[in-house]
Amino acid sequence: MVSRRLKWLAAPYILWMGVFVVSPLVIVTFFAFTARDGGFGLDNFLQLRAFAPVFARSFYLAFLATAVCLLLGYPFAYALSRESARVQGAALLLVMLPMWMNFLLRTYAWMNILENNGLINRFLGNFGIGPLQLINTQGAVVLGMVYNYLPFMILPVFTVIQKIHASLIEAAQDLGGNARVVFARVVFPLSLPGVLSGITMVFVPSASTFIISKLLGGGKVLLLGDLIEMQFLGNAYNLHLGSAISIVMMLLVVLCMTVMNRFGDRGDVIYV
Amino acid sequence: MKAARRGLIGAIGLFLYAPIFVLIVFSFNASKSQMVWGGFTLSWYGDLFRDNLVLSSLYTTLSIGVLASALSSVIGTAAAIGFHAMRRKPRGVCLQVNNIPVVNPDIITGVSFRLLFVVFLSLFAAIGLDLQLGFVSLLLAHMSFCIPYVILSVLPKLGQMGANVYEAALDLGAHPLAALRKAVLPEIMPGVVSGFIISFTLSIDDFMISYFTSGTAVQTLPVTIYSMTRKRISPEINALSTIMFLSVLLLLILVNVLQSKDTKKHKRT
Repeated sequence: MVSRRLKWLAAPYILWMGVFVVSPLVIVTFFAFTARDGGFGLDNFLQLRAFAPVFARSFYLAFLATAVCLLLGYPFAYALSRESARVQGAALLLVMLPMWMNFLLRTYAWMNILENNGLINRFLGNFGIGPLQLINTQGAVVLGMVYNYLPFMILPVFTVIQKIHASLIEAAQDLGGNARVVFARVVFPLSLPGVLSGITMVFVPSASTFIISKLLGGGKVLLLGDLIEMQFLGNAYNLHLGSAISIVMMLLVVLCMTVMNRFGDRGDVIYV
Repeated sequence: MKAARRGLIGAIGLFLYAPIFVLIVFSFNASKSQMVWGGFTLSWYGDLFRDNLVLSSLYTTLSIGVLASALSSVIGTAAAIGFHAMRRKPRGVCLQVNNIPVVNPDIITGVSFRLLFVVFLSLFAAIGLDLQLGFVSLLLAHMSFCIPYVILSVLPKLGQMGANVYEAALDLGAHPLAALRKAVLPEIMPGVVSGFIISFTLSIDDFMISYFTSGTAVQTLPVTIYSMTRKRISPEINALSTIMFLSVLLLLILVNVLQSKDTKKHKRT
């Protein structure tokens, strides 16, 4: 029996959560439903219709980035899982190392490379090609997202694939499955939980970023994060509208994650 | 098959490191233009160490990091012990609330803290106290996003601990505080330490939440880096990136060497 008396140790933090977790969300909700002159209503949310293209663009680019991360990260994680423990350890260290550098610096690195007189265009110029417009495009923003968040896809997928018991794969081979069947019917289904957590870990920060779009999109690719930042610190200063956008973003993210979890649960029922 | 595998791993590695490599090379470039090589120089490093804004924001980042992770470890460990002692239902509710800052996008957390502080400041202004956003607001915000991680890393250790450790210490005549310090704390110490380390790395790496809660007087290093990238391309950033990359690399190598020495020792005995 755990001593119930110790529960009082949580009292300071429960108070803290009330002030710093619950009340900020209450305040955001309050601001979202009030106008600058103090009247209650849905005005802020109705204004959001004007920003529908920004919502669409944010989720579209985040979706693209997530898809590219999956297409690059999954084969990488799978290939790595077939290597020796030594190679695995070294490669994982290499994947994690850039994550320890601030993501502003990682994004900034690409500015140098993609610029109109940057490395790529200089190189192409030698062959008489270009200069191509690389920076300040949607492609550059997606590239920035992929570069920053690829490790978030690789690590959970690798962890799950590595845990798949070798005897399961051997059993499938003994039962006559060729390499493709073994992968499609055993390895991939069992790795789905890792894929799903990778998808959420890439999608959520991609959909809510404003740095990558600012540095690599040059203000031409406006995303939801930019919109929020403009309302709170930028020249569009409108805390009420900003709060409304934040609430909608939060709800959409929760919705995405719920859908993902549903998929995950069903996957487990079918395949295990 | 093996060659294809190695090729894939190598290609992704190249993708991850090429930009960092470019930064490092051009941090030694004498020409101010980013892409033309003008000879070797260390002057950008000199400029960096004479840049007062960079130095003061580095100081802020480190002091916030140490303070926030130390205080978060204390509050978070106490909270984890408390949560563990609760009945199932209230514990579930507490953990749900505790998870909100973990799953929420950073920008939402940052924005909601900003609104909270705006409301606080206007309340203080109403009673005649004129306060600004700054060190204290940064510290409070950082603690708020660190404590959940401390709790999440301490709780599993509490689960592994024998259920009667605390009671047994009391039965043997220990003062409740002594029982916590001498019986419970040693059991959960690995969780507390990893919570502290996670908090420290999150805190010094954070941009989003600092950006919304720091105000104009006090800036953390990531916020300063952001304003540097906004103004113009400055080779100082390359130098800063190189220093950060090399220090992280050294740290990881050190940890690895220590670990492998440790395992060797274990094998021998």
